[in-house]
Amino acid sequence: MTEVLQTIGGSLALAGALLAVIGALGVIRFPDFYTRIHAASITDTGGATLVLAGLAMVSGLTLITVKLVIIWMFVMLTSPTATHALANAAFGSGEGPLLGSWRLVSSRSSNRAGR
Amino acid sequence: MIAAIASPVVVGAIIGAVMLVMMMAIVIAIMMARSLLVAIILMSIYSLASALWLLTMDAADVSFTEAVVGAGVSTLIALGAILLTRSEAKTISWRGQIAPSLVALAVGGLLVYAAFDLPNLGDAASPANAYVGRIYMSQASRDVGAANVVTAILSSYRGFDTLGETTVIFAAGIGVALMLGFGERALQDIPRAAFEAAPGGEDISDHHTVLRVTAKLLIPLMSIYAFYVQFHGDLSPGGGFQAGVIMAVAIILHALVFGLHDTMEAIPPQLTRGIAASGVLLYAGIGLANLINGGRFLDYDHLLPRRFEARLPDSALAGGHHLWGQHFGILGVELGIFLTVAATMVTIFYAFAGRISDPVEPPHARAA
Repeated sequence: MTEVLQTIGGSLALAGALLAVIGALGVIRFPDFYTRIHAASITDTGGATLVLAGLAMVSGLTLITVKLVIIWMFVMLTSPTATHALANAAFGSGEGPLLGSWRLVSSRSSNRAGR
Repeated sequence: MIAAIASPVVVGAIIGAVMLVMMMAIVIAIMMARSLLVAIILMSIYSLASALWLLTMDAADVSFTEAVVGAGVSTLIALGAILLTRSEAKTISWRGQIAPSLVALAVGGLLVYAAFDLPNLGDAASPANAYVGRIYMSQASRDVGAANVVTAILSSYRGFDTLGETTVIFAAGIGVALMLGFGERALQDIPRAAFEAAPGGEDISDHHTVLRVTAKLLIPLMSIYAFYVQFHGDLSPGGGFQAGVIMAVAIILHALVFGLHDTMEAIPPQLTRGIAASGVLLYAGIGLANLINGGRFLDYDHLLPRRFEARLPDSALAGGHHLWGQHFGILGVELGIFLTVAATMVTIFYAFAGRISDPVEPPHARAA
């Protein structure tokens, strides 16, 4: 039973780490500010949730799990708020979203599509 | 083979190397950054990385301090300070950079040279582990009775050093206040409530409702957490320094979200400077109380009057020490640190932020 829980927990944590990498990739590759913070917000909500769930599985039903749940609630309160504040501030200062269609161009010519 | 690779020493070395490379990359990024705002955020990330690195070396208390002081409150204070100055670093010609680069390289080279003399990690024969450190580790539970040896050393064995540190923080607060004032100008601003009371005017409701609601949820939780860190410092990582900074961050968060004026009405600058001074006074006063009761300065064995101590349960001596005296002494001293650190941080933030605020008139007054 413990072995199974450890395996599931490890895979969950690994999936969370993968989401963090995907989020970081999105921050670099996405075309405008709003899509970029969308990618970044995946890191600190989805990624953090998966990692914390994985850690909770590994630790079993102990005081550590309770602390992890509290950390998760804290992250779920603060991270979306931070993303919201970022987007709000950007919109307030006149940063418009990139509308219309855009296509990937080869990085040799230019990777700043639409700008 | 796999077991050899997976041994804690090897894993620790790999994690340490990865963390150090990461920190080096962040430092290079800080040097390249022309925008001061970017540099401040990167320095906050650097502090978080070094806190993680310290945690991998089992220095939980130091890591905690680095996280709350380096990544938390000093970032906030630097953000407050950057608003007083230009947000771009001055570009200096390469000629002007030669001498500073040489100095930096020389100091860096000296530090690397000195690092060769440092003992290995966990070396039992190193000075830190061999002489007085070993005595502290073996006798702290008998001498002081605190489960967290770091707290025992910090506030009992080395109580005099910590009094000096607390005084240094207080002096830093005084220094900032002497240069910048206490930021009381912000108290003359129009409170935010005046904006909301615009009668019949256009809708000036702001776009920060989500921030306000979340901050209202978070500020009490942060305060409770500060007290947990404060009173749990005997048992787990934490203590007056960390708790004070967390408390200060809760107050600064209120100022950031609800406006400096509202925070200053709740916690006026006069109060913070008084609390900052009384924390140091409490610390030194506990030291003096021991002197009065016939002990040495900050020797908590003599803190409690004998007649009072005799009435407490389990008041027997442990290894020739009065554990109740030690317990109350550490509690009081940590409270003094907490008060001074929290109040000084808030005072410094007030000093920076109070200079920024321009007096604004409410829109309905302008329309009239």
